[in-house]
Amino acid sequence: MTLVAGSDAELRRRAWDAAAAVADPEIPVLSIADLGVLRDVKVADGRIEVVITPTYSGCPAMNVIALNVEAAVEDACAVLPKVTTVLSPAWTTDWMTPEGREKLRAYGIAPPQGTAGRRALFGDDKVACPRCGSADTARISEFGSTACKALWRCRTCAEPFDYFKCL
Amino acid sequence: MTETPLFTYTLRLADTALILGHRLSEWVGHAPVLEEDLAFGNMGLDLIGQARALYTYAGEVEDRGRDEDQLAYLRDAGEYKNLLLVEQPNGDFAVTMMRQLLYAAYAAPFHGALARSRDATLAAIAAKAEKEMAYHLRHSAEWIIRLGDGTAESHRRAQDALDELTPYAGEMFEVDGIERALIEAGIAVDPATIRPAFERTLDEVLAEATLTRPAGGFSQTGGRSGRHSEHLGYILADLQFLQRAYPGATW
Repeated sequence: MTLVAGSDAELRRRAWDAAAAVADPEIPVLSIADLGVLRDVKVADGRIEVVITPTYSGCPAMNVIALNVEAAVEDACAVLPKVTTVLSPAWTTDWMTPEGREKLRAYGIAPPQGTAGRRALFGDDKVACPRCGSADTARISEFGSTACKALWRCRTCAEPFDYFKCL
Repeated sequence: MTETPLFTYTLRLADTALILGHRLSEWVGHAPVLEEDLAFGNMGLDLIGQARALYTYAGEVEDRGRDEDQLAYLRDAGEYKNLLLVEQPNGDFAVTMMRQLLYAAYAAPFHGALARSRDATLAAIAAKAEKEMAYHLRHSAEWIIRLGDGTAESHRRAQDALDELTPYAGEMFEVDGIERALIEAGIAVDPATIRPAFERTLDEVLAEATLTRPAGGFSQTGGRSGRHSEHLGYILADLQFLQRAYPGATW
């Protein structure tokens, strides 16, 4: 591959596209751009910085995401980027793109419902079954296979399913 | 060498999060049902994640080259500054859930307030932690209501847990000279401002759980200054084993 030294703007576009395509290691149908984990790509004098934010404080996928971003951007731009993690503003499911939500549903995970607000101490989200669309569902556990998911069950088609929690 | 107030304050928050996260991790593989096993793993991970961010920041504030691992793995019990509440043994499921309720009823509004700190890093860590503590609170409150308003046996155990742990709640609201200066600077949270929210949550949940808050104001203290119950040493012996046995090991 021949690299033509492009402008910073061109480099930024290539770096963004490469980073944006990196899949979440735990929900591989989603890219980190779909999730809203990819926050920014900065380019100055040919140096690239990619800014990401964790979904949950203890999300164990962050290290893998950072490594995969490094590899993807280096592949696309022939420059090893610096990957920076920021905590503020705190990630919210509101940043998940509409395409991301649809990909989740098609994958069998109910996407986060509506917008994240401060919920009362008790009370549940209303979650539609990602398989049959029924609204007759019940929460089994607020905690699921990863920090971002809860375990639900559909009373119409009797299938258990993951729900991507609002945060 | 004296520690700066900001370093001590950050370390207190980090140690509390780490030790409670470790306690929850002890349940993994032992919880009464699979869903609770997953819950303990998830919540422990939240707390350890918060601790990592806080230790990293404490190391930066201290500026002596210590990172999160050195602060977590290479300090002895007397240097740990966590709340006594979080090092208390897991006991039965009711004791663990009551400890969760007491801590989360405090930590959710605490982090909400710390998210408005003038210290941008503490504020950012707290803004994430607040969201997590909100569902830790919901989870423990639901269990305490179920246990307290359940069978005679579950009620007795939940009441015993409340009686046993109540003396450790007062320490969460203590303020010493180190914190007073930070409160005045708009960096630390004045715990008096969040106490009404804590009391309200507790009264509401315990009333629904048909549990009675024990009378008497006796309160244990000392954890935040490094004076701990014997339990912390056993936790650290487990938590720090690898770095103590194989100094500098990495993987």
